[in-house]
Amino acid sequence: MSGSNLPTSDIGALLTFPHGVHPREYKELSCAGPIERMPFVDTYTLPLGQHIGAPSRPIVQVGQQVQRGELIAEPVGFVSVGLHSPVDGTVTAIELVDHLNGQLVQGIRIQTDRFSPQQFQQKPPADLDQMDHDQFIKGIQTAGIVGMGGAAFPAHVKFSLKPEQHVRVLMLNGCECEPFLTCDHRVMVEYAGELLDGTMILAKYLQPDRIVIAIEANKADAILVLREEIARQGYPIEVTPLEVKYPQGAEKMMISAILGEEVPTGKLPIDVGAMVSNVGTAVAISEYFRTGKPLMERVLTVSGTAVGRPSNVLVPIGTPMQEVVDFCGGLTHPEPRILLGGPMMGMVQKNLDVPVVKGTSGILALTDQEVVDPQTYSCIRCGRCVDACPIFLNPARLGLLARKGLWAEMEENHVMDCFECGSCSFICPSAIPLVQSFRVAKGLLREEKQRAKSAT
Amino acid sequence: MMQEFLVGLSILVGLGLFFAVILAVASIKLKVFEDPRIDQVEDMLPHANCGACGQPGCRAFAELVIAGEASPGKCTVSSPDAIEKIAGFLGIDAGTEERLVARLRCAGGKAEAHHLAEYHGTLKTCRGEAVVNGGPKACTWGCLGLGDCMDICDFDAIHMNEDGLPVVIPDLCVACGDCVEICPKGLFELLPASQHLYVQCKSELEGDLALNRCSVACTACGKCVADAHPGVLEIQNGVARVLTDQRQMETREAIKRCPTNAIVWIESGQFKESTGSHRPLGQMEPFTFEEDLENRYWQ
Repeated sequence: MSGSNLPTSDIGALLTFPHGVHPREYKELSCAGPIERMPFVDTYTLPLGQHIGAPSRPIVQVGQQVQRGELIAEPVGFVSVGLHSPVDGTVTAIELVDHLNGQLVQGIRIQTDRFSPQQFQQKPPADLDQMDHDQFIKGIQTAGIVGMGGAAFPAHVKFSLKPEQHVRVLMLNGCECEPFLTCDHRVMVEYAGELLDGTMILAKYLQPDRIVIAIEANKADAILVLREEIARQGYPIEVTPLEVKYPQGAEKMMISAILGEEVPTGKLPIDVGAMVSNVGTAVAISEYFRTGKPLMERVLTVSGTAVGRPSNVLVPIGTPMQEVVDFCGGLTHPEPRILLGGPMMGMVQKNLDVPVVKGTSGILALTDQEVVDPQTYSCIRCGRCVDACPIFLNPARLGLLARKGLWAEMEENHVMDCFECGSCSFICPSAIPLVQSFRVAKGLLREEKQRAKSAT
Repeated sequence: MMQEFLVGLSILVGLGLFFAVILAVASIKLKVFEDPRIDQVEDMLPHANCGACGQPGCRAFAELVIAGEASPGKCTVSSPDAIEKIAGFLGIDAGTEERLVARLRCAGGKAEAHHLAEYHGTLKTCRGEAVVNGGPKACTWGCLGLGDCMDICDFDAIHMNEDGLPVVIPDLCVACGDCVEICPKGLFELLPASQHLYVQCKSELEGDLALNRCSVACTACGKCVADAHPGVLEIQNGVARVLTDQRQMETREAIKRCPTNAIVWIESGQFKESTGSHRPLGQMEPFTFEEDLENRYWQ
């Protein structure tokens, strides 16, 4: 964990972005142990809309037998991915199920076949030399692969390039700047071979000038393991340690650290010639093209002071969260705060009966020690939020406008550029709900646009 | 010295005269006739600029009325006397515009709906609550109870009762639609004040699945549909709906067999100030149906 394992040449020249905050890491809770495999449970629930875009369409019937890794819902349109059964079993229902965002959505329930060995039927590796770009994109879409960082944006959409677009740098994101989370860290250490293989498959189709794996300097073991593996295989990949700072793992912040360039408002990273992908995504790509295994399980961190045995677990998609928490020693506090994802951007969860989905990077159970119900005071114009905001907005001003409900003025002050990292709320000594009100403002502004659009 | 002064003065006077002539010609050539009655009618309107009539403001509405494209009765804010006055002034019919009020499609207050958690956020608005896991209720459609509708109402027609439900005062509601837009769950709808039958539930779950989450949920059992005149009610997406255009046939028979009181007969307002009991916080438990029926409905 400590930076002292890194060569001194690295430590002197750590790249980073301007502004940002330094929350306590809490990574020591779960970073040491190896990834454990979650045992199969009795029932699995798979909401159809686990990714950004159109929900998949079920292609199975109630009562139908399904196999582990079988396609059970197909993509609808381009911005959509397939969904696969995580177990051998029987489809028991296609109905409204509880989803992580607190809504009820259509989902498929599968009863596990208790007598099945649950062995995934491997396929021969894909012949990459014969495969063109379109087949590659189609493969990723059918495999149901989404960005594993948390937003669950379909990976194939990001990787489809227009002819005029050129990737200068392919960046693999191993920053994991959120406190508590250690799943990407363990994936980099334990799946180094698959990660580099997946990166090279991506590089074959994206043709980047340069390939960088960016890792925060607190994951020295991952940096060293990857460098060793790269040297052995002779891959043209650089491993770049970055300064430990939040939100270093945000796409635009990473580009700013490595390229020293800003992604303009309303533009995508590809417009400055950068392509950023999470390390877990590269592992999933390698697994699909080498063994035919679609995205049907993922590594996630179960951590927090209210968890009996904080650890990183390989969980089949669709496992109820309660089962995962019980596997990790259960909850040790009567009224913990459950968070999905990291503590900075993660969402509070009220109901542990919801399933693990493709975008779940962590389940945190925190106690009153880490979470306080803060008393809100007035803004004292200290300017700390202005110094913290990684995209140079003025959160103090936006906060005042939000208090007055001046949504249009907030838009003039670029609230739509906010990517909700939460640095402003974290640093505010008056505990003003800044990022929370920006989220509300963005929602209202989007709705207003929608109404204006449908009116014309 | 004197001459320079005169030159300056005469240039200014000349310029003044020149532009005066242009303006005088323009005022005759480009004259737009504006009906003086627009100002007068606008004066008689309430100046609320609320938008309930569908126009951007009172003046735009006055123009429409004078053009004969709208009847004065379409202004829901004016009293009947004021509307009569406008109609009398213009010598037209006042029009019988159906009066609308805002109705809430949820009756799950603290006494009825299951709360899985408590909201501790510092942003005490429904909109803020809705982004956090859809709010603390087990029912994803239900009212969040922090009163964004109350805050946005310009006419003080909404206040929150002790159970965390918005009470709309029908006499004050002008059906401007602000609450319809602000509600993050989209629970408000504008309905004719003369419509009595109403299903106070938006839950798409059916049967016990709905009841586990809220004791006044519509279970889509269909009893009300069977008891009402054909065509008055219909089950849509797992919830009964009153078809507004058939409401002249509505009868109290429809609510008599409802097992959960999800369908009600509204005389004026929807909710009382308080029902007294609040359900404890906790995980979802199967709802004890028989017990509740005895206590609440078949007294």
